[in-house]
Amino acid sequence: MLRYLAVRAFRAAVTIALVVTFAFVVLRMSGDPAILIMGPEVPPEALAAFRRAWGLDQPIWVQYVRYFGAILNGDLGMSMRDNRPAIEMVAERIPATLALTVPALVLKLAVGIPLGVWAALHQGTGFDRAVMVAAVFGFAIPSFVLALVLVLVFSVDLGWLPSGGQGTVAHMILPVLTLGLGGAAALARFTRSAMLEVLGRPYIRTASAKGLPWAAVVRGHALPNAAIPTVTLVGFLVGSLIAGAVVVESVFSWPGVGRMLVVAVASRDLAIVQCILLLVAATMVTSNLVVDVLYGVLDPRLRHGARAAA
Amino acid sequence: MAAPLVRIEGLTVAFDGAPAVRGVDLAVHPGEAVGIVGESGSGKSVTWLAALRLLPAKAAVAGRVLLDGRDLLALPLPEVEAVRGGRIGMIFQDPASALNPVLRIRRQLGEVLARHRGLSGAAIAAEARRLLDLVGIPDAARRLDSYPHEMSGGQNQRVMIAMAIAGQPDLLVADEPTTALDVTIQAQILDLLAALRRELGMALVLISHDLGVVAETCDRVAVMYAGRVVEMGPAEPLFDAPRHPYTRGLLDALPTLDAAERLVAIPGVVPDPRAMPPGCAFAPRCAHAAPVCLGAEPALRATLPGRWSACARPDLDLAAPPPRPPATPAPAAEAVA
Repeated sequence: MLRYLAVRAFRAAVTIALVVTFAFVVLRMSGDPAILIMGPEVPPEALAAFRRAWGLDQPIWVQYVRYFGAILNGDLGMSMRDNRPAIEMVAERIPATLALTVPALVLKLAVGIPLGVWAALHQGTGFDRAVMVAAVFGFAIPSFVLALVLVLVFSVDLGWLPSGGQGTVAHMILPVLTLGLGGAAALARFTRSAMLEVLGRPYIRTASAKGLPWAAVVRGHALPNAAIPTVTLVGFLVGSLIAGAVVVESVFSWPGVGRMLVVAVASRDLAIVQCILLLVAATMVTSNLVVDVLYGVLDPRLRHGARAAA
Repeated sequence: MAAPLVRIEGLTVAFDGAPAVRGVDLAVHPGEAVGIVGESGSGKSVTWLAALRLLPAKAAVAGRVLLDGRDLLALPLPEVEAVRGGRIGMIFQDPASALNPVLRIRRQLGEVLARHRGLSGAAIAAEARRLLDLVGIPDAARRLDSYPHEMSGGQNQRVMIAMAIAGQPDLLVADEPTTALDVTIQAQILDLLAALRRELGMALVLISHDLGVVAETCDRVAVMYAGRVVEMGPAEPLFDAPRHPYTRGLLDALPTLDAAERLVAIPGVVPDPRAMPPGCAFAPRCAHAAPVCLGAEPALRATLPGRWSACARPDLDLAAPPPRPPATPAPAAEAVA
């Protein structure tokens, strides 16, 4: 188990390093921060001074080595706009983002999994079909469209909820719904197919042949097996807690990490963008690592992979 | 003879309108071993899954399955669930997939003991150990903590058997119990089933496509073809002198150790349930088919005491292998295609 974890952890570190490198290269090839931050009418001497100050006049590989060295020392750089440590600025935004994504995750789990299980248990019924149609809609509609529809209905027409901004619980409802419904739909579809797959297995018939009531067969035999593939998707949802709200934060002008990312990319505030991407990669990779460990807990066949059948 | 333990009457099963079982009458008496033989798709497994209401909801089941005078097909589901594993145990073909991969043996065996014997706690552990001993699993105490993937196919089938007899059933239905196992293990499992039947006094229904397996283990045999019983009788006379050409064909298709003897396969395939041939379902593949076979489907009739056959030509001499089938297909065979 330790060895397995060590291998996974090493892979996770490599993944993060690759993401950081990719972001570094793309950002520096795709626009000049000096012009974007200082403005086009600034005299050339000022631009040159700006580039010198931020090390942008160095060859890209020198910049990269410096940047990577700094990361290893825990230094994620300074914002070029605000001249404050990037990590500090990003950290200030995280609570706002989590205030949306955590309730949305709870909504996804609380709605998606029961609906998927129920639909699978009533396959072919009107309920099943209704859930699947709703799931396809929830899955296919882009979140900005859903967000705008919700705003039109609940803010413009009914006037029940604010269309944007932050402050009260009422402000959170529409963004959380927008985030949660799409994920719930995906989770319902996935849970349903995982459950159907398991319900068709011979061991389910065995459990029935033993005389167990259907509810006990579902609870004791089907759900533990269907949980194994479902955990993968749940892990992905958990991994996107930080970065999953970019579009929704922009639509609802919610001051979270996602909106900060959009602004920072547009102005090429390199340290901020890189800091957010590093954070996103780290959460995603960590949650994958947790999923891998959970697999071992849920599925005894993976727990001691090396031990052959007696 | 005493009253039967289970009596199946006029059982029919259809999937989406395609008949899989077309009127089966069968009785199993207390303590006897009945073999059900036939090719894949003959309805032998479906008959018993239907009897215990283990088929998916889309299966249309009709007829009666009487246990102590109660019709299992008409009982409320909770009463059927009490019968499953309690009065009638069942084991399946592939033990590796019939056991739940994520649960320990202790749990899978223990839930039968809790359900049907009302045991709990330490009593479950003790009885589970005794059962594993009984089915010949060495080191039973340790094996209780194993998962199915940690054991061999033969051991898993022994666990399945232990689970099926844990509720002390009067009848054990074994659906192709040795098909997925190595030949050497097959014999051990059959010996175990025979020994358990003697010791526990339970009846056994052995479903198999393997005539040798059935001949060794069973008192009585029912041969099924295309969803019906075509011949039934005591095992030894039935195999020595079959009264139905299909049984004859199955026997001739058995490999022997005599290399000089050629295998005689039954020509053709089992008919498509959606396009059954007129008259006898076996007629298109039968070397003895005659015009009379294309009329009404022959019913299962008593031929000799205790022997039943559903052949339109009951006076056929089947002592010798049949003549080679004609080179040109009979008109009835075209109707199949």
